[in-house]
Amino acid sequence: MKITVKLFAYFRENRFLREDQDLPAGTTVGDIISSLGIDPEEVGVTMINSRHCALDQAVQENDQVAIFPVIGGG
Amino acid sequence: MADKIYRINMSTLSTAVEEVPAQWQGHGGRGLTSTIIAAEVEPSCHPLGPGNKLVFAPGLLSGTTAANSGRLSCGAKSPLTGTIKEANAGGTSAQLLARLGIKALIIEGLPQEERWYSLAIDEQGITINEETELIGKGNYAVIEAMGQRIGAKTGVISIGQAGELKMSGANISIKDPDARIRSCGRGGLGAVMGSKRIKYISIVPTDKKVAIADPEAFKAANRTFAKALVDNPISQALGQYGTNVLVNIINEAGALPTRNFTTGQFEGHEEISGETMYDTIVERGGKPKHNCHAGCVINCSQVYNGPDKEYRTSGFEYESIWAMGADCCVDNLDYIAQADNLMDDIGLDTIETSVAFGVAMEAGVLEFGDGAGICRMLSEEIAQGTPLGRIIGNGAGSVGRAFGVTRVPVVKNQAIPAYDPRAIKGIGITYATSTQGADHTMGYTIATNILGVGGSVDPLSHEGQVELSRNLQIATAAIDSTGMCLFIAFAALDDANCLPALIEMINARFGINLTADDVTNLGKTILKTERAFNQAAGFTNLDDRLPEFFSQEPIAPHNVVWDIPGEKIDTFWDF
Ligand code: SF4
Repeated sequence: MKITVKLFAYFRENRFLREDQDLPAGTTVGDIISSLGIDPEEVGVTMINSRHCALDQAVQENDQVAIFPVIGGG
Repeated sequence: MADKIYRINMSTLSTAVEEVPAQWQGHGGRGLTSTIIAAEVEPSCHPLGPGNKLVFAPGLLSGTTAANSGRLSCGAKSPLTGTIKEANAGGTSAQLLARLGIKALIIEGLPQEERWYSLAIDEQGITINEETELIGKGNYAVIEAMGQRIGAKTGVISIGQAGELKMSGANISIKDPDARIRSCGRGGLGAVMGSKRIKYISIVPTDKKVAIADPEAFKAANRTFAKALVDNPISQALGQYGTNVLVNIINEAGALPTRNFTTGQFEGHEEISGETMYDTIVERGGKPKHNCHAGCVINCSQVYNGPDKEYRTSGFEYESIWAMGADCCVDNLDYIAQADNLMDDIGLDTIETSVAFGVAMEAGVLEFGDGAGICRMLSEEIAQGTPLGRIIGNGAGSVGRAFGVTRVPVVKNQAIPAYDPRAIKGIGITYATSTQGADHTMGYTIATNILGVGGSVDPLSHEGQVELSRNLQIATAAIDSTGMCLFIAFAALDDANCLPALIEMINARFGINLTADDVTNLGKTILKTERAFNQAAGFTNLDDRLPEFFSQEPIAPHNVVWDIPGEKIDTFWDF
């Protein structure tokens, strides 16, 4: 199952900005986060295809998964 | 010594020092400017005529050691919106005024003659002086001249050419500790200062301190408060990336208004993002962290250098970068930095003016993406006051009317900022109902709609948006009265120690006993005072609506329109 993972802010350091991944069916957003060695405590927002999602949501073929640390502005 | 009101009458060129009336005692910042405008300005007056007043007020905690408390509020009837208006900014002036015991400056009347003036404030009081040399010059020339004439630490509040020309996009600039500029940006308050023919106000620092009723309690509360700010992860991210960290997340959410609000994602988002900006700043020897006033512990500002490693701009905010970037399709931070600095110097609101450029691009005045063209038109048209420059300098609504464009993103004639209300519905409620025209800072629902701060409310649903906006607008009106930077709100929403410590500081400063409910009631009273002014000026619930095109043109990628009915918007005021 092909999906795209996008990282933002300091999550990009020593990782990547955007990467295509081939993952087994049933993989969740939380699984992707652990596989990247990101502390789930530091995760602020996750989105699949531009919609907010929970960490236990499973990803589907061609999904775009975006992972942000806790950030703010205004 | 009790704080005083300084009243400056520009019709008679006279000044007076007054006691603070009892009913104004508990107010500061926005609460005070709005209370004074509501009490003393006829709502139907012409904003640039003799009946309008320009009021400056430091916040309740400004001038103390409280972290992040150095915001100065400026209020008047707005020439852009016709509503009551408050805009606040950092810089050094709020702290200097508060330490001089000045609770507010009220500037009224209009000079009889075509001369320009300045106001000089020091420990002896206030004087009105004629000014000739700096007329027609930008804000940086004023700041430099004050440094030479009076001293490097002089506080400066000034207008550029845009304010002199009474443009509705003109802002008021406040000098920061590095002799750079922070802006009371929105609503054309610079034009009101220009109408009163005041080019600048200088403030000589004093050694006096703000009196604190209970210094020990104050110190303890400030320690807790500052710790809540510093420990908050959002504060830390603001220090690294500035507010511009938002470009990528708002783009990802499909709510980054692009190409004059025709789509919700910008192809060039990476080029203008906070991440790119951070790397560029570090590479060119700029400063990713910088504060707009002493005492800020968040440091969301920065110093951005050009490819030659020379200074280009500071206080490089998300909304400014979005407006010139995505909305005008300029995918180059160097052009955006140059335009940002030019707007600071000319004294223009970066949101209003850049959104006006987006509308002008749609009208064919210049091409989308023409960053060099924006910079050229800023210096050669707007700063010179040519007819085209005045049309753009008067804001997005002005450009739409002049060129017959119907896609004009304004509410109450003020440009909508960096979050599309079709894809983030809570902010649409704020734009529609704000007492001051479209303004994200009035009730920043992005925190909860997008960032997951203070809970979460689905940005595309109708549910919970009115309540969210209402609660945030009430809290914001109260925070805007304290002199606090609004970015304390992230810690306040997240950390149970933060707000009680803030209230404790107010109590210790004045020797009073406010509760959290009192603070909420203060916020409600301010909103109602502001709304009553607007109603008396002729505004009705039908003005609390978004422009028609938002309900007719779906925005990609979610392909959604603005569809919250008017009756539901009106329930905002049920409190
Ligand atoms: S966080 Fe930013 S806007 Fe707020 S006081 Fe600090 S530098 Fe100024």
